Amino acid sequence: MAELITYNVDADGVATLTIDLKDRPMNVITPEFIEQLDAMVEKVAADASVKGAIITSGKSSFMAGADLKGIEDLFKGTDAETLLKGSMAFNNILRRMETCGKPFVAAITGTALGGGLEICLACHYRVASDAEGSSLGLPEVLVGLLPGGGGTQRLPRLIGVKAALPLMLQGTHVKPAKALELGIVHKVTPSDQLLAEAKRWLMESPDAVQPWDKKGYKVPGGAGQFDPRFVETFMIGTALMHKETWHNYPAPAAIMSSVYEGIQVPIETGLKIEGRYFVSLLLNPVARNMIRTVFVNKGAADKLARRPKGYDKTKVKRLGILGAGMMGSGIAYVSAMAGIEVVLLDRETKYSEKGKSYSQTILEKRVSQGRMKQEKAEAILALIKPTTDYADLAGCDLVIEAVFEDREIKADVTKKTEAVINETAVFASNTSTLPITGLAEASARPDQFIGLHFFSPVDKMPLVEIIRGRKTSDAALARAMDFVQQIKKTPIVVNDSRGFYTSRFCGAYINEGITMVAEGVIPALIENGARMAGMPVGPLALLDEVSIDLSFHIREQTKKDLVDAYTPASGDAVIDLFYAKLDRIGKKAGKGFYEYPPDGKKYLWPGIKEHFPIAENQPGVEEVKRRLLYAQSLDAARCLEEGVLTDPADGDVGAMLGLGFPPYTGGPLSLIDTVGVAKFVRQCDEMAEKYGPRFAPPKLLREMAERGESFYK
Amino acid sequence: MTDAYIYDHVRTPRGRGRKNGSLHEVTPIRLLTQTLEALRDRNDLDTSYVDDVVMGCVTPVGEQGADIARIAVLTANYAQTVAGKQLNRFCASGLEAVNTAAAQVMSGLSDLVVAGGVECMSRVPMGSDGGSWAMDPQVAYQTYFAPQGIGADLIATKYGFSREDVDRYAAESQRRAANAWESGYFSRSVIPVKDQLGLTLLERDEHMRPGTTVEDLAQLQPSFVMAGEQAGFDSVAIQKYPEVERINHVHTAGNSSGIVDGAAAVLVGSKEVGEKLGLRPRAKIVSFASIGSEPTIMLTGPAPASEKALGKVGMTTEDIDLFELNEAFASVVLRYMQIFDIPHDQINVNGGAIAMGHPLGATGAMVLGTLVDELERRNLNTGLVTLCVGVGMGTATIIEIV
Repeated sequence: MAELITYNVDADGVATLTIDLKDRPMNVITPEFIEQLDAMVEKVAADASVKGAIITSGKSSFMAGADLKGIEDLFKGTDAETLLKGSMAFNNILRRMETCGKPFVAAITGTALGGGLEICLACHYRVASDAEGSSLGLPEVLVGLLPGGGGTQRLPRLIGVKAALPLMLQGTHVKPAKALELGIVHKVTPSDQLLAEAKRWLMESPDAVQPWDKKGYKVPGGAGQFDPRFVETFMIGTALMHKETWHNYPAPAAIMSSVYEGIQVPIETGLKIEGRYFVSLLLNPVARNMIRTVFVNKGAADKLARRPKGYDKTKVKRLGILGAGMMGSGIAYVSAMAGIEVVLLDRETKYSEKGKSYSQTILEKRVSQGRMKQEKAEAILALIKPTTDYADLAGCDLVIEAVFEDREIKADVTKKTEAVINETAVFASNTSTLPITGLAEASARPDQFIGLHFFSPVDKMPLVEIIRGRKTSDAALARAMDFVQQIKKTPIVVNDSRGFYTSRFCGAYINEGITMVAEGVIPALIENGARMAGMPVGPLALLDEVSIDLSFHIREQTKKDLVDAYTPASGDAVIDLFYAKLDRIGKKAGKGFYEYPPDGKKYLWPGIKEHFPIAENQPGVEEVKRRLLYAQSLDAARCLEEGVLTDPADGDVGAMLGLGFPPYTGGPLSLIDTVGVAKFVRQCDEMAEKYGPRFAPPKLLREMAERGESFYK
Repeated sequence: MTDAYIYDHVRTPRGRGRKNGSLHEVTPIRLLTQTLEALRDRNDLDTSYVDDVVMGCVTPVGEQGADIARIAVLTANYAQTVAGKQLNRFCASGLEAVNTAAAQVMSGLSDLVVAGGVECMSRVPMGSDGGSWAMDPQVAYQTYFAPQGIGADLIATKYGFSREDVDRYAAESQRRAANAWESGYFSRSVIPVKDQLGLTLLERDEHMRPGTTVEDLAQLQPSFVMAGEQAGFDSVAIQKYPEVERINHVHTAGNSSGIVDGAAAVLVGSKEVGEKLGLRPRAKIVSFASIGSEPTIMLTGPAPASEKALGKVGMTTEDIDLFELNEAFASVVLRYMQIFDIPHDQINVNGGAIAMGHPLGATGAMVLGTLVDELERRNLNTGLVTLCVGVGMGTATIIEIV
């Protein structure tokens, strides 16, 4: 077995345990590591010549926590008792470390997260390096878990319940200086003095007893069912948890309870309580779904898992952007941030200049907030060259058009651009709905024509949907993917189709919402149902944002393109009414499904019920949630069947990052797996009967159900 | 089955439940002791005939803890043989105590029971007994705990009561309470609270604000905006009631029950024991019931509790001459009137807790007493008393004048 922890004892009897998982960029907790840590702790405890021990890392970061890929294995049919034993085994080592009578110091070389920080918390003294970029935290909640290595017990005992809870509930990382202020570490030093400080403390014959093991220990800030501060923290904390999780995420409640119940008893009992809640999360599909999509599959997408093989890695040095509107300006900003020279072209100078000023505004804000140096901001801004002259596009390796969604205008700019750029350059369209193959007809080199669908606001939205036209070459795809990676976005790759994946997927959600309006479902029930399903925005609010005139025009374009092949959607009549008759086109007009009072919060337009009277029989909220989520899952499944998607991971990562599809589900396809394909098909058949053929499950799902298959192993 | 009768009832005036309240210096045991003494003395009662003293108390900790009923038996110098027990049905505790006493009599296992309640809210703050519902994250999360003010505002929102509706109701409660005091309607049952020297500390409910107008009430800030919007409880309630877009916070200190100190006691017994002791029964306890209802909205229990109590004896609300529904919040009463189509002049005719206050453990016995007095005064026959109860419950009792 590879040596993951080296053991050295110096002349003064100080043992140094250096963690270094050589084949990994970051130290992580693996079963082998746990085994070796156990042996090392026992060695320190048993060796009479050892006075105390320093635990440190051989890397610039300390430790990143559990190996999530390893945790994925735990989801595969392990029983509660075995899982609990496994979780307690690690805790027993840490407990042994803090009670064996020898002092342990954590010399935290850099970032220490999750289980990494939990090891430190079980040490008697913690000294952290002030190295730039290092942070400490317990981020387990972000993947649906809790700090199961004693974190929920030691952190509140160390810094108090009120300070500890938000760190664990939000998974906040803190810088070393902040960790010092909070009392998470005892000292912060420059990296090169870390070990000296650790040794200094050990040489002063320190007390090898944790505060919570000392007689008369009291939790800082108070604790216990008769302490009003403690009671208030949990009372309000739980209400806010309702507000934030909409009852979809079990981890925050498990963290709260682990602290609430665990802190009222001795730490050994508390660790058992934590273990039980930790295992309950391992057994809940939410953690499995989140780890799969948020961590593993997103990570694979970031590493360009779908990139065609055999093409050399490329870098865009000079990028052309056509159209300096919202999208063009945003793409310019993120590209300049990645050090790419940007030519930002629009019809008139005032437009292209305005596009550049978008970046200027964001950069100035960053500087004023102290998040960026003035010189750096200036250098980034200098990379953006606004222009009206196509000749300036010469030398671009990639050009992205973000002009008006009109075939003729797009064809025109394509031709003008191709006239000046290199023959090897890739031309990309940022269209959100128009099929790429059709747009490529205007190109003299359709093999180098591709779709790069960004999301608004570009600087915040992490996803880029890459659309492969029928003629797009592997080489162009590889280059487009390299670019997405270069600007630190996550790519998914889809094949050409109307609305690609994300836009039609989003359309399915909105359509189901407005169909319910037409059926007389109480609008608040639709919107709240959507939020309760975990969607970030209700379908009616989303349609107001997207704007109803845009939806109308996209649909008219589709009708025109498809002629007889167009199948009317169940919500078409609602769009017609709001656009043509009521002239309530959405937020930008101050009226849509919502009213937008200038000095208050938006509220649902009371007039809706005059056009769609409230039905006597209202669906339960679970039914509303199911309709909204299943409409989307079905569409994702159809995209797979039709070959728009080539891999379920793209469907899940894309829906989550691009449209805020709820992470607890793991994405629309993971949702089907969680429900069970057979059950999902059965429910969809019932819904098709009740609500219409849009719920009829595609053949792909029926076959999967018959064969007992799922999207993920 | 033996019939249970109400022979008499007394209550203390209700003192403001704050440090400047006239009863703040009086311990709960002293308040309850004086109540028991008054009931005994005015009936010339041989307390050795009393089987049990059942007292409601909602915050039975500290000086209200450790079975305050039994301790009051001793301090009031009742016969040592009298047992005592404290119970908690939250806001209906005082009525539940009477119902429990009635049940003991009806079963034939007790002959004579004193029932009532006590709450010194100025000394033992509401909620100071903790409880898992609000603070244990597993419990609060699973059951959608929200404070009752949120429930009251949710009732107003869901059933269409505006701020003006609830304020109008509250102003009328004040007018009725003032009128009842002016007219001496309470004089038969309210006993003055005395100090150690025998001097009177309080003889009248001091929470009332006679002359309060709807306009005055409109000036008050809603009480539950913070809890609802900042602390997240609106979201909790809406997740239970997703058909509601947002909660309209209409309740204020002016249209909700007041925090006060007070105690009450009711003498309940069989016909035979009354004859033996020369007591005249005033009312018969016809039926009673407690039910559970949805806990997040919390305060909708009175209607189903009333229906259950009525149904047990084949009655409907049509058979009831007067109703008393504790004015926990104005919307609770408005909703009850809406459900049963009860005119305002048949319910809470002498005002209620919005004007006079709601000493949690005692209120049920107090409103029962008010109803007995008023039915007698008006020469009417049947009355129904009910209260909304914490964690989603309701308790109701039907009486008949004899």
